[in-house]
Amino acid sequence: MHPAYSIIFFTTLSGAGYGLLFLLSLGFLPADRLLGVASLGLSAAMIVVGLLSSTFHLGHPERAWRALTQWRSSWLSREGCMAIITFAPMAWLAYDWLIHGTFNSIAGTLTAICCVITVYCTAMIYGSVKTVRHWNNGYTPLVYLSFALATGGVAYLFVAFLMGYSYGWMPWHAIVALVIAWVIKAIYWRHVDNGRSISDAGTATGLGYMGKVKLIDPPHSEENYLLKEMGYTIARKHAHKLRGISVVLCFVLPILTAILIGLVQIELLQVLAALVGFASVIAGTLTVRWLYFAEAKHTVTLYYGAERA
Amino acid sequence: MTSLPLTPSAKRLGLVIDLDICVGCQACVVNCKEWNTGGYAAPLSDVNPYGAETDGAWLNRVHALEVGEGKNSRTIHFPKSCLHCDDAPCVTACPTGASYKRQDDGIVLVDESKCIGCGLCAWSCPYGAREMDLAGGVMKKCTLCVDRIYNENIPEAQRQPACVNTCPASARHFGDFNDPDSNVSEMVRERGGYDLMPEMGTRPTNKYLPPRAKQQDKPSCVGSETAASTQVAAQGGFLGWLDDILSMGA
Repeated sequence: MHPAYSIIFFTTLSGAGYGLLFLLSLGFLPADRLLGVASLGLSAAMIVVGLLSSTFHLGHPERAWRALTQWRSSWLSREGCMAIITFAPMAWLAYDWLIHGTFNSIAGTLTAICCVITVYCTAMIYGSVKTVRHWNNGYTPLVYLSFALATGGVAYLFVAFLMGYSYGWMPWHAIVALVIAWVIKAIYWRHVDNGRSISDAGTATGLGYMGKVKLIDPPHSEENYLLKEMGYTIARKHAHKLRGISVVLCFVLPILTAILIGLVQIELLQVLAALVGFASVIAGTLTVRWLYFAEAKHTVTLYYGAERA
Repeated sequence: MTSLPLTPSAKRLGLVIDLDICVGCQACVVNCKEWNTGGYAAPLSDVNPYGAETDGAWLNRVHALEVGEGKNSRTIHFPKSCLHCDDAPCVTACPTGASYKRQDDGIVLVDESKCIGCGLCAWSCPYGAREMDLAGGVMKKCTLCVDRIYNENIPEAQRQPACVNTCPASARHFGDFNDPDSNVSEMVRERGGYDLMPEMGTRPTNKYLPPRAKQQDKPSCVGSETAASTQVAAQGGFLGWLDDILSMGA
């Protein structure tokens, strides 16, 4: 599948934004106004930039509002609706936090629930695509949810330490979230590497009973939309190396910086380490999402010479 | 509304494609493009049509396949367009209501004024039946020539999809699969018409007829060719004489 940058930015940034918002809405931090502006502001910025980015790959972005109408059947529509619904309890939470300096636990609970549902809907946009076995499995929502928590957790650590709320438990909680995401991603990679598609060139053409099906002449001489969008194979050969890079950026480096923050009590160093960890986990998640597309094979490739998809 | 119709459609219009007959001439591909670039919706545009790296949206494509090995292999021309599935995943995936399946005849269409061009329907289709119109920013697909089949301004005999109308070999047939006595239902019964990728659960309307079995009792082409060349070498004959004459100048 073609890794469109707009979608990669969308899932990475909005995932981190909802992850951060989820943690903020649990109410572990004091309702300090400046901290509220910085932390809620960072989560809102990541969510909004992510959502706007998702409209950049549309043929008609001005009609994007129509995507809110088909929530009965479409996960993309459900995601759009939930993203907008989540702004309501978030605004309530922000109002009490920023104006009254109090933490509203009802608004917090509602925000937390909405964050989880929204990220789940994002995951199911891909999880529901039956034609791509790398996506259409139970790990997809687990991966998206755990990544939102891990990236949001690192952002939470960064923004709290930046604003001077350096609690000792925070780096260790971030490490737990990172390890969970790492384990789930590792299981996901094992699953897709060992899995086998249910469709092959034989079932795609219905001619498998006659022997091996080979393409001897494609229907067009140049690449078309189908091949550009769903037959993407460039750099798949680097997938192994990129997985290694993404593991270092996503998990190893942020875990090391979190340990550093936990052990070293120099404030400036802690903030710098938190910033490095945050930048690293975002860069790593962008790489992971790029791979999530680039490694995914679509059944349409069975009509263009692929034996299995 | 991108939920599928709750009750089965009264008619199930679709195509039967006979893989035994298709010769891969691409006439259906060209006539489909020709009709649909001036028909029902906005033009079926091309990108850079006269330059290098030409691209464009087409609703019907013919792949040439080789099936089997060696002497038993067959060349099969494989036309592919939208199968107008009963459980069309492209319809339920659509976030805007642009994609829909008609209650009356089961045709799957795109309302281009509602399409945002997100491409999710094309991802959902196992068959690659949908192509983005890069100039229009909307998704295109086979309409089963909805603007021909009910069109009273054209002669009745021609009120069928452009691809069916133009096929010089009669490899494509159009009809109602809900009518057990229709031409398409009969062909599917007699020839064992089948679905593409049934494991995807899409329940396609269009059916493919398998190539007929090879006639094994006839001497094969490969065998007779060997016999002829041996004969020339051994006995001379007319071809041997011709060969000698033509070889003289060399």
